[in-house]
Amino acid sequence: MATGLATPLTPHGGRRPTEGAPVVFELGGVNVSYGTHRAVRDVSMDIHEREITALIGPSGCGKSTVLRCLNRMNDLVPGASVSGKVAYRGADLYGADVDSIEVRRRIGMVFQKPNPFPKSIYDNVAYGLRFGPDRLSRSDLDDRVEAALTSAALWDEVKDKLNSSGHALSGGQQQRLCIARAVAVRPDVVLMDEPCSALDPIATAKIEDLMQKLADEFTLVIVTHNMQQAARVSDRTAFFTADTDSEGVRHGRLVEYDATEKIFNRPADQRTEDYISGRFG
Amino acid sequence: MSTTDTTDTTAKTTETGHRSLLVKQGNAGARAVKNRFATGVLTAAMAIAVVPLLLIIWEVTRRGIGAIHWDFFTTDEPSYRQEGGYRAGFVGTAYVMGGAILMSVPLGLATAIYVVEYGRETRAGRRLSDLIRFFTDVMTGIPSIFVGLFVYGFLVSSTGGLGQGFNAFAGSVAIAIIMLPIVARSSEEMLKLVPDEWRNASYALGASKSRTVLTTVLPAAAPGLATGSMLAVARGAGETAPLIMTILGSQYLVSSYFEGAQGAVPLQIYRGARQQFEAGIERAWGGALSLFLLVLILVVLARWLGSKANKLK
Ligand SMILES: Nc1ncnc2c1ncn2[C@@H]1O[C@H](COP(=O)(O)OP(=O)(O)OP(=O)(O)O)[C@@H](O)[C@H]1O
Ligand SMILES: [Mg+2]
Repeated sequence: MATGLATPLTPHGGRRPTEGAPVVFELGGVNVSYGTHRAVRDVSMDIHEREITALIGPSGCGKSTVLRCLNRMNDLVPGASVSGKVAYRGADLYGADVDSIEVRRRIGMVFQKPNPFPKSIYDNVAYGLRFGPDRLSRSDLDDRVEAALTSAALWDEVKDKLNSSGHALSGGQQQRLCIARAVAVRPDVVLMDEPCSALDPIATAKIEDLMQKLADEFTLVIVTHNMQQAARVSDRTAFFTADTDSEGVRHGRLVEYDATEKIFNRPADQRTEDYISGRFG
Repeated sequence: MSTTDTTDTTAKTTETGHRSLLVKQGNAGARAVKNRFATGVLTAAMAIAVVPLLLIIWEVTRRGIGAIHWDFFTTDEPSYRQEGGYRAGFVGTAYVMGGAILMSVPLGLATAIYVVEYGRETRAGRRLSDLIRFFTDVMTGIPSIFVGLFVYGFLVSSTGGLGQGFNAFAGSVAIAIIMLPIVARSSEEMLKLVPDEWRNASYALGASKSRTVLTTVLPAAAPGLATGSMLAVARGAGETAPLIMTILGSQYLVSSYFEGAQGAVPLQIYRGARQQFEAGIERAWGGALSLFLLVLILVVLARWLGSKANKLK
């Protein structure tokens, strides 16, 4: 077992888990397989409301896989199967009568590579609103688009060119457009899979600021390869790693899940300490 | 430095003492010769391939241009006189192609959407998709006269068929059968070019599959889909053999779509070119030139749309 690190390795952003925050996701013994390959084994963790939960770990340890379980994007991967308990606000996310479309309206997602549609900025943000439950009038739609772009800190940069293509924006702007598109439908949770890995440090800083603001309104779960980022932005951190079993097959598993400040300063597991101190991974 | 085979007289070393880039080493000389030789051979081959094409264009234009004036499109063909044109053929071709487009494009597009968007989900779907792909490939290779024969036997002939006689609809069915695999196959390729990340973005917003296809995939692929359909139209518009067996041909305007032998430009060319007098033969060249221009316009339009499709990515 690791003893506490003498000096903190990474500056901690100061966020701390909220005492008694309601549980949004409860994972119990979750396994995910692609075909016969069990990619993730026995993951149990609770994700809390209006917190930022970071998933970190070396490449291939199953962070994205776990993240995609939370909005059932794995349903779209042929051969993928999920077992174990995934409860969202107390109800089984994979229950027989749960509609994956409804799931994804409540639990939005931002991808690693900015992926705006080949449509105008306006139409990108309005996309999910046009087929939502509420029939919006033209002016309501305008308001929702503006509100979403404002909460993604993009409104001022694009308000004069809402009709130009989303692809004409810079990478960082495109990613904020994707965030605007996700929050426009007013989800409960926003999942982000390495949202900054394609961005430069300035664009990254903007998105990190944005995450802090979004956490007032939404529950965020982010995957990141950047440990400083996890330390800066998150309340809790889950460290995953991949074990190789006797047959040489790699299985991802959750090593340690705790308050971010604790993971980065006093990790309980040697492997966590090795990873965050850069000795492995 | 000792192995350097210099063909250059400039300094071998730069001011910094490094070997100059201008120093040619080893087999550089031989390589340059080979390269020039290969370029020469390929250029010649291309020139030879282009010659027949240029000759065709030249000949069609030279002999057909005299026939083309306003009357050529607005009057019917007399059996002997100087004047007259291919109105019956142009209208008939429009009828036949209109019907063929309405049948083959939606069906071909639907096939491609099934194969790309739905067929990949289940194992049975993948099998069916493979089967569909196999049959579209086979259909692409079927000689068009067989298609004509099939439609003749099925719709036109009264012995064993439905006995409807020659009519434009039968021609549309035949041309649609020829166009269908082209539309299906090219649309499939175009839909595959749409990156999955856009589909995923749509699903992640709670869109259903059908909505994703309608509002994300199809608009993104639209220019490419139009390109494929236009190339199919260009191919179908010049078909002759299946039309002989389905619409027979007519010198005079026929307004009915479902009844009676119908004209078409390729058929008028076929008959006109065998007439014994100059005016008839010139009209045939005129018809050929108009068809050629139609196909040329379609292909240029298709390429232009296609280049826009490529820019999307
Ligand atoms: N669509 C898929 N089909 C088959 N196997 C997959 C698929 N996606 C992921 N895997 C496998 O699951 C395991 C975990 O992958 P995952 O993408 O979740 O890792 P990750 O932690 O997100 O890695 P990275 O940091 O590189 O993004 C890997 O062994 C990978 O090969
Ligand atoms: Mg990943």
